[in-house]
Amino acid sequence: MAQPIRGSSGDWEMVIGLEVHAQVVSQAKLFSGAATDFGAEPNTQVSPIDAAFPGMLPVINRHCVEQAVKTGLGINAEINLVSVFDRKNYFYADLPAGYQISQYTRPIVGKGKITLDLADGSTREVGITRLHLEQDAGKSLHDQHPTLTYVDLNRAGVALMEIVSEPDLRSAEEAGAYLRKLRSILRYLGTCDGNMEEGSLRCDCNVSVRRPGAPLGTRCEIKNVNSIRYVMQAIEHEARRQVELLEEGGVVEQETRLFDAGKGVTRAMRSKEHAHDYRYFPDPDLLPLRLDANWVEALRRSLPELPDAKKARFIEHYRLSPDDAGVLVAEQASADYFEAVARGRDAKLAANWVMVELYGALNRLGLGIERSPVSAAGLGELVDLVIDGTLSGRLAKEVFAAMIETGKGAAVLVEERGLKQVTDSGAIESAIDAVLAAQGEKVAEYRAGKEKLFGFFVGQVMKATQGKANPALLNELLRKRLAG
Amino acid sequence: MSALTGLTIAEARAGLRARQFSARELAAEHIAAVAAARPLNAFLAETPERALAMADAADQRLQRGAARALEGMPLAIKDLFCTEGVLTTAGSRILDGFKPPYESTVTAKLWAAGAVMLGKANMDEFAMGSSNVTCAHGAVENPWRRRGDNRPLVPGGSSGGSAAAVAARAALAATGTDTGGSIRQPASFCGIVGMKPTYGRCSRWGIVAFASSLDQAGPMTRSVRDAAIMLGAMAGHDPKDSTSAPVAVPDFEAALSGDIRGLKIGIPREYRLDGMPAEIEALWQRGIDWVKAAGAEPVEISLPMTKYALPAYYIIAPAEASSNLARYDGVRFGLRVPGGSLDEMYENTRAAGFGPEVRRRVLIGTYVLSAGYYDAYYLKAQQVRTLIARDFEAAFQRCDALLTPTAPSAAFAIGEKQDDPIAMYLNDVFTVPVNLAGLPGISVPAGLSADGLPLGLQVIGRAFDEATVLRVAEIIETAAGFTAKPAFLAGGG
Repeated sequence: MAQPIRGSSGDWEMVIGLEVHAQVVSQAKLFSGAATDFGAEPNTQVSPIDAAFPGMLPVINRHCVEQAVKTGLGINAEINLVSVFDRKNYFYADLPAGYQISQYTRPIVGKGKITLDLADGSTREVGITRLHLEQDAGKSLHDQHPTLTYVDLNRAGVALMEIVSEPDLRSAEEAGAYLRKLRSILRYLGTCDGNMEEGSLRCDCNVSVRRPGAPLGTRCEIKNVNSIRYVMQAIEHEARRQVELLEEGGVVEQETRLFDAGKGVTRAMRSKEHAHDYRYFPDPDLLPLRLDANWVEALRRSLPELPDAKKARFIEHYRLSPDDAGVLVAEQASADYFEAVARGRDAKLAANWVMVELYGALNRLGLGIERSPVSAAGLGELVDLVIDGTLSGRLAKEVFAAMIETGKGAAVLVEERGLKQVTDSGAIESAIDAVLAAQGEKVAEYRAGKEKLFGFFVGQVMKATQGKANPALLNELLRKRLAG
Repeated sequence: MSALTGLTIAEARAGLRARQFSARELAAEHIAAVAAARPLNAFLAETPERALAMADAADQRLQRGAARALEGMPLAIKDLFCTEGVLTTAGSRILDGFKPPYESTVTAKLWAAGAVMLGKANMDEFAMGSSNVTCAHGAVENPWRRRGDNRPLVPGGSSGGSAAAVAARAALAATGTDTGGSIRQPASFCGIVGMKPTYGRCSRWGIVAFASSLDQAGPMTRSVRDAAIMLGAMAGHDPKDSTSAPVAVPDFEAALSGDIRGLKIGIPREYRLDGMPAEIEALWQRGIDWVKAAGAEPVEISLPMTKYALPAYYIIAPAEASSNLARYDGVRFGLRVPGGSLDEMYENTRAAGFGPEVRRRVLIGTYVLSAGYYDAYYLKAQQVRTLIARDFEAAFQRCDALLTPTAPSAAFAIGEKQDDPIAMYLNDVFTVPVNLAGLPGISVPAGLSADGLPLGLQVIGRAFDEATVLRVAEIIETAAGFTAKPAFLAGGG
């Protein structure tokens, strides 16, 4: 249960619902054949359909429908075999037709659910109200000219999935966990790249507060927040703003607000009186979208293993803790990487190497696992050298650092740098003998009962062997000699 | 005056193939006729050079013996069809100077069948009107005159320029579009044949949209056979129009067997309006007698929802139009009248760009879709529409085609009915239900009014059964023997 907000007059509970706009991974737009690449020169990816030229007509892109259905299946939702596209009418310079084609009363995907993995290791289910397909608008550029606005229509007509949650979330942390989980599922499915910086995942947050157990309060909608961190900050700020307002005897106005990331505050954008009347009606240019139940079933069968199932399998099969499994499955690439390292090896050792050494190095380098300088096979080779005793843990870390730096294989580096662990008992024994001979006094003290000096002798022998002595063998031989 | 402009498509086809004249000669005579027709204001753009180039290409084809269905046929194109590189304004100031970078599917098919483009035909602004008085570029005159009365008459609308051009022998045929009667009513007023095919038969891609669920392109010709030939070239499934039907296009010309024996022809009781001119009644009765004489059986049927068709139409069509016309905002093409803010630019542009009838319908459409009114108006109208379609389905259980008048009157004078939109809307009373039900309908010239103006009869058929509609229409055409010509002829008859 989420922590309540402690106001001066008692506790308050946050109620949060999220509307996520996820850009569909697709070569072409929702109703035209124009390309969708991010960052292209303005107005180079625009067909006369996207620019709403006279007489142009939309034709639904089958691939985008498939992506929406896959996503619906991935969030355990009902797929509506008949859905309808509606026109949402409003005037704006970057909305060429004067209406957005969306789905209003009959979306393609109905109720579903997502399981959140919370920080304390517990899980919680959050309801999905619906998912519908719609077109994106273009972009108005207000900063290119002192008095004019420029319009870039590259984004106009790009397919979006609007995914609406139930008002089931009770804290900013839960909202963050919801977005992380949703993004993870979308990426597993390959239906949205989840890139919030490029705007391919955007979030509107509906926030209200109430006394625990009381009916829902009036909500405010914070539009277009573009990172998970900002979503959490915006919700936190907005809920506190509402609590303060209510405790001062004010009322919350239903309104649309914007999050100012620089100041960390939300501010009013337009109030309800200025709300649009969108005059929704079924788009007469498009017939109702009818899906074949067999086609949907075939898509269901073709879905990849999704994060929840993979996590359960990692716990079951590799005996990983839920936390470790959760970390590894968050991204398909890291899960795949881990499995490649773990295959035929000690899974816990593999998990440790991936999560501690590899993640640490990648974090320092600012790289994603897809661009790791050490491949899963390369890390596997290193783990093998640890398992077969060629490398001690300490040496292995040294080798790993060199692998990251040079991109060379573990065996090559061990050979080149002579880092192989010494397991020849004769060589270790002579090193022990030399150390003991040089430290006669300390040997006497040890034998007189000062047993903690054992560590000192180990250190000396390691130093003499440049750290290459096999630690277990060293301990065993040293103990024997000291027992003398 | 020469004779080539007086031919039908079928006659011109025979003449071209028999080398009696060339496509270039045919085009040249029509180009001259288009110029001579300027007093009618039937054309918004003339394309004589393009016409000659297309005719020359047609002549080469004809010489090779590779002539296509409409090889060398000079046509007028309603200005609602986007024509690549040729001014396309939908009869509106808001599209001032607009030359589309694409060709509508229907015109592209016509050119691919060898047709020759004479120019763009005037029309009611955005196809909203029944008189061609709402054109931004001036009214079109009907080439017909009342006997003993030289006042100019309307050609009907919205495809009035097309109808006037074909009637005045300035074009062998023309394209029209029909949303509530916009092909059939002007065909009736101008004494030509006009056919609205089944919704989905012709692609709407590249046709400026008025009311998307009702708009349909069709041929306007001087004979039923010509309508069959031309429709064959216009029709067909288009993957670029989601509402175009993936059904095969039959050989419509081959369907003109001249035999309608045994067909049941429905006569809808509800179309006998109070106050309808007796001559319209009489014409209708003659039509009934003609099909009976040809061996068909007239049966009285009922379309009980008929009286709700006009109100439903005048909710649905403006609703769709209000949304379809939102794109004319001054941002990307056509007219822009600057303003101090974006909203002001919209207001200035749309106020200057749209005429009063378009503004009226945009307002009506916006109103009926508004929150709180949607259920009472738009939703109710859609329900009525479903019931109207059911009326026709039930009727077609009992008959194979329907016969009705096309319009409740002959052409009226320019200026008449202008101050009463409702009276104007009543022009469409017999045509609108056909659009609401998506059915094919044709108007055939069947006689003259007492003061010498053409009157049409309408044949309505089952969805995608244009073949039967054309077959019945041809029987009426033959029986009527309509040979009267308008007072004004741009080309030789």
